[in-house]
Amino acid sequence: MNDRELLNRLHDRFTADAAAAGLLDVAYRVIDSPLGRLLVAATQDGVVRVAFALEDHDAVLADLAARVSPRVLEAPARLDAVTRALTDYLDGRSRQVDVPVDLRLLRGYRREVVGALPTIGYGRTATYAEMAAATGRPGAVRAVGSACANNPVPLVLPCHRVVRSDGSEGGYRGGPEAKRQLLALEATPFATA
Amino acid sequence: MPSSEHGARGRPHDGAGLPPFELVVREHGPRVLAICRSRLDAADVDDAWSETFLAALSAWPDLPPDLDVAAWLATVARRKCTDVHRARTRRRTDPVAELPEVVTEDEPDEGEGVWRHVAGLPTKQRQVITYRYLGGLSHARVAQLVGGTEAAARRAASDGLKALREKEIR
Repeated sequence: MNDRELLNRLHDRFTADAAAAGLLDVAYRVIDSPLGRLLVAATQDGVVRVAFALEDHDAVLADLAARVSPRVLEAPARLDAVTRALTDYLDGRSRQVDVPVDLRLLRGYRREVVGALPTIGYGRTATYAEMAAATGRPGAVRAVGSACANNPVPLVLPCHRVVRSDGSEGGYRGGPEAKRQLLALEATPFATA
Repeated sequence: MPSSEHGARGRPHDGAGLPPFELVVREHGPRVLAICRSRLDAADVDDAWSETFLAALSAWPDLPPDLDVAAWLATVARRKCTDVHRARTRRRTDPVAELPEVVTEDEPDEGEGVWRHVAGLPTKQRQVITYRYLGGLSHARVAQLVGGTEAAARRAASDGLKALREKEIR
């Protein structure tokens, strides 16, 4: 075994030990997807961040270190279930990414808006105005927009289903092309439904 | 009792804090491996490497961003090598006429139990204990890192150790 292999093995054992000791505050892995490379991070409570390829992954990890805990480790095992759920969804095999979510990066109204996203069903869309009304603040259309734009867990909580009142797609953290791709995916008849 | 437990060195979550620990493992893993290899039999290298980074991970959120990570980790690794070596020696059943080394008075046992208690100390005592006894830094350097005077750092270390001893004796 060369040193690189040995260090990888040591790293795997270390992350398992760290998790067992309760010291793994943020586990992450990078997965290949039809939308490009996704960084997925989870605390012990659930998925805390999903970042698209066009976001700077190093910056995302630094931000998690500052805002959640610097005990951040690449520990794919904790993300096994999340990875499976995401892949099933993106490959059109399931309608939702049903995994525990940790919304600690959000507060107040933004948290409310993001928390309400699953009320928009698969294949449906809602306008920013409708979401504002649904969350009891009909005037807060812009706030809904920025809440969606800053959704820390896109895909898991489906902010891509929120569109402009004129029917155009509106912005998306993963870029307009990713949003189009997701809406097209959900518009396709569901084979096993 | 020292009255300046708080406010000496807040680290606001401003994004300019400590890097993700993953970067530390990637950057310093090979050097720690070299240290462990130079001090231990091949069979013990894995244990020492893993325990070095576990101890470092445990202390990581309390460390100052300007710490010399390489030097600190080297100190931790050397200590862990000593621990692993001692543990191995202790496990041997042959009646060697060698007495176990006497642990000096101000050096806490770094067994698992201690870390639980260290985690429960007031912030300043915990920081000082971590730098001084895990990181092997001088009281003067510890004072620079946590703020306050060298005498205050010495006092916090002593208070922390006293608290730890009371818990361990129980």
